[in-house]
Amino acid sequence: MSSTAELVQTIVGKHGTRREHLLPILQDLAKEQRYVTEDAMIEVARALDLSAAEVYGTASFYTFLEPVPTGEHVIRICKTITCYMKGKDEVIKAIEDHLRVKLGGTTTDGKFSFFAANCIGWCHEGPAMLIDDKVYTKLTPKKAIDAINEY
Amino acid sequence: MVKLTINKIPVSVEPGTSILEAARKVGITVPSLCYHKDLCIAGNCRVCLVEVKGERTLTASCAVPVYEGMEVFTNTLKVRNARKNVIELLLSEHRCDCLKCEKNGKCELQDLAQEYRVEEKSFIDLSIGKRIDRSSPAIEKDDSKCIRCQRCVRTCAELQDVSALTVARKGEHMFISTFMHKPLADVVCTNCGQCVNRCPTGALVERNYMEEVWEAIDDPKKHVVVQTAPAVRIALGEDLGYDPGERVTGKMVTALKRMGFDKVFDTDFTADLTIMEEGTELLTRLKQALVDKEKVALPMFTSCSPGWIKYIEHEFSNNLDNLSTCKSPQQMFGPLAKTYYAEKAGIDPKDIVCVSVMPCTAKKYEARRPEMKASGFRDVDIVLTTRELAKMIKQGGNDFRHMEEGEFDSLLGKSTGAAVIFGATGGVMEAALRTAYEIVTGHEVPFPNLNIMPVRGMEGVREASIKIEGCVDAWKFLEGVELKVAVAHGLANARKVMKQVAEGTSPYHFVEVMACPGGCLGGGGQPIPTDMETRKKRAMAIYEEDEHMEFRKSHENPEVKLIYDDFLEKPLGHKSHELLHTHYTKRMTK
Ligand code: SF4
Ligand code: SF4
Ligand code: SF4
Ligand code: FES
Repeated sequence: MSSTAELVQTIVGKHGTRREHLLPILQDLAKEQRYVTEDAMIEVARALDLSAAEVYGTASFYTFLEPVPTGEHVIRICKTITCYMKGKDEVIKAIEDHLRVKLGGTTTDGKFSFFAANCIGWCHEGPAMLIDDKVYTKLTPKKAIDAINEY
Repeated sequence: MVKLTINKIPVSVEPGTSILEAARKVGITVPSLCYHKDLCIAGNCRVCLVEVKGERTLTASCAVPVYEGMEVFTNTLKVRNARKNVIELLLSEHRCDCLKCEKNGKCELQDLAQEYRVEEKSFIDLSIGKRIDRSSPAIEKDDSKCIRCQRCVRTCAELQDVSALTVARKGEHMFISTFMHKPLADVVCTNCGQCVNRCPTGALVERNYMEEVWEAIDDPKKHVVVQTAPAVRIALGEDLGYDPGERVTGKMVTALKRMGFDKVFDTDFTADLTIMEEGTELLTRLKQALVDKEKVALPMFTSCSPGWIKYIEHEFSNNLDNLSTCKSPQQMFGPLAKTYYAEKAGIDPKDIVCVSVMPCTAKKYEARRPEMKASGFRDVDIVLTTRELAKMIKQGGNDFRHMEEGEFDSLLGKSTGAAVIFGATGGVMEAALRTAYEIVTGHEVPFPNLNIMPVRGMEGVREASIKIEGCVDAWKFLEGVELKVAVAHGLANARKVMKQVAEGTSPYHFVEVMACPGGCLGGGGQPIPTDMETRKKRAMAIYEEDEHMEFRKSHENPEVKLIYDDFLEKPLGHKSHELLHTHYTKRMTK
């Protein structure tokens, strides 16, 4: 059995095989593998007796489960209106220059992916971003780059 | 009963009826796009808005049930303006190129735009550029024409239980996708075309091969023959101004001759041949199981529906031995046209172009399967749907309604009632029983007027059993055997039967499966709309046609007798194996 199949089996064993277990399974997979891989989705579809397309449809709905390969760390900058008004565009520009990658891309060394996210709930302290699970707020271009340099 | 008024007209309907359905009952049409009679309610297009007295906002009438005393208005200025806005918004995201569109003149979105006098884009243009998937030889998917009503997704999930299509991403980025947005040809899609039949726009359409056919007809070096499937003649009329259920067999034949086909043959002929081969195969398997005590795959499944074949190859690939090895009637016809007929008519098979007209999109795929070259050439060259034929008849400029009744050409054109009923769910089973029972016992099936009613109807899975009595010597081992059969149509129902087989609990000897609800008469290539009402009318037409036939049992078809005498020798003989039988391929399961 492939390692993906084993991983899926363990996670499915933990949650169950009903339709409503799909989301927690995908969340665990994203945690383990950084993103939900094609092979993993096929294994989940088998385990839950769903079509692979249904699994993909569910995963692709959620920014955090997006089934695209990501770097070692994922930076998600809030793209909504309050953060925009507080200057997210300059922050984005600075990060793009620093990492030499466009929003939506992954650095060539595979260390960082840089994505936009819907509201992350920090409007009062925007612009805000996440690096993996950690929140960074009241960003300026410099603060953002300092944060990235922690990794 | 719930009493309400719609535009002040009193209406009384069953509790739970939606406003939209209640309105239709009193002859008031409310426009709709995401609503389809065959499917669950989605309520996402918002074009069915109506005003309900006392409600603050307008109501989506397809999604809201009626209540006692409700006062509904379907045609106020407020309603009309709101609907117009909805249509304009849909069009703002739509790549409008009606003139080049397969659906031009048959498009529900276009009809509404016309009705509401939406003449140009009044909002900004948010349409995406062309994004067309032509990977499948049967179906074309164009995301830039999609209004995201999700009829296709619901069709594939509810009727077919395949779910090859899904809603991916969200908000403005939402689109209808396959797994990982792969080409249709690389996923579990069966090419059944049920989604195509329900798509209100040009986002899902069949691959159109009309020009190829006109070119072949125009080429003096080519000898172009055409075969027409049983379910075409009882539905073609709908696209030519007739009501559902009107049979146009003779006119269709004349129209095909006038279009310039060199020979007009009938797939019914090979349907009868299928019965001879498949019936014999079933009896052989029963003998192996009961007398020789060999391990043999039972129940045996019919194999005439290419959507069903691709489905089982994907989803139940461990059970491929249960499939009859018989090709579908379309694919039996092809090699016979290019061997038997070519020989008799003295024509070089390389010059023959074999066209077929099918109620089916999956047949387009089937004809391109690499193994379908038994004659040494591509057996069937071009496959048209019923809809494409209707368009070509119009292009040909002939007045269909006043055409005289024509006759199919001989050698591959004779048909029986047994072949005609292939077009309805249960028909292959009924035809097979009419013949097999008679081979085994020497007398007719014990049902009045040969009509085997238990296998007819629209129930998703139907079962029947026949006690075999009075066997002739060769089949004595079947004496007293209770033959158990089942019929399933729509792949969601096929899955139910297959699950039993996979678990080893299937009680049947023989099972007929058709991928499409209603069988071929409800095929993906049939006129739009197709729903339960039209399916029932088409089924009635099929059984009517059967009762009007001179011969009603496949083994009585004189041309079938002739081809066995002159060419094939006997069912399951050497030539049959070469030309009429096939094998199957395991495919990815997800
Ligand atoms: S889908 Fe309908 S509205 Fe759109 S281009 Fe085709 S015919 Fe026109
Ligand atoms: S492809 Fe057709 S049926 Fe499917 S969502 Fe788009 S418009 Fe609706
Ligand atoms: S053709 Fe049939 S199987 Fe394929 S997507 Fe459409 S409904 Fe589903
Ligand atoms: S038809 Fe009612 S919302 Fe689409």
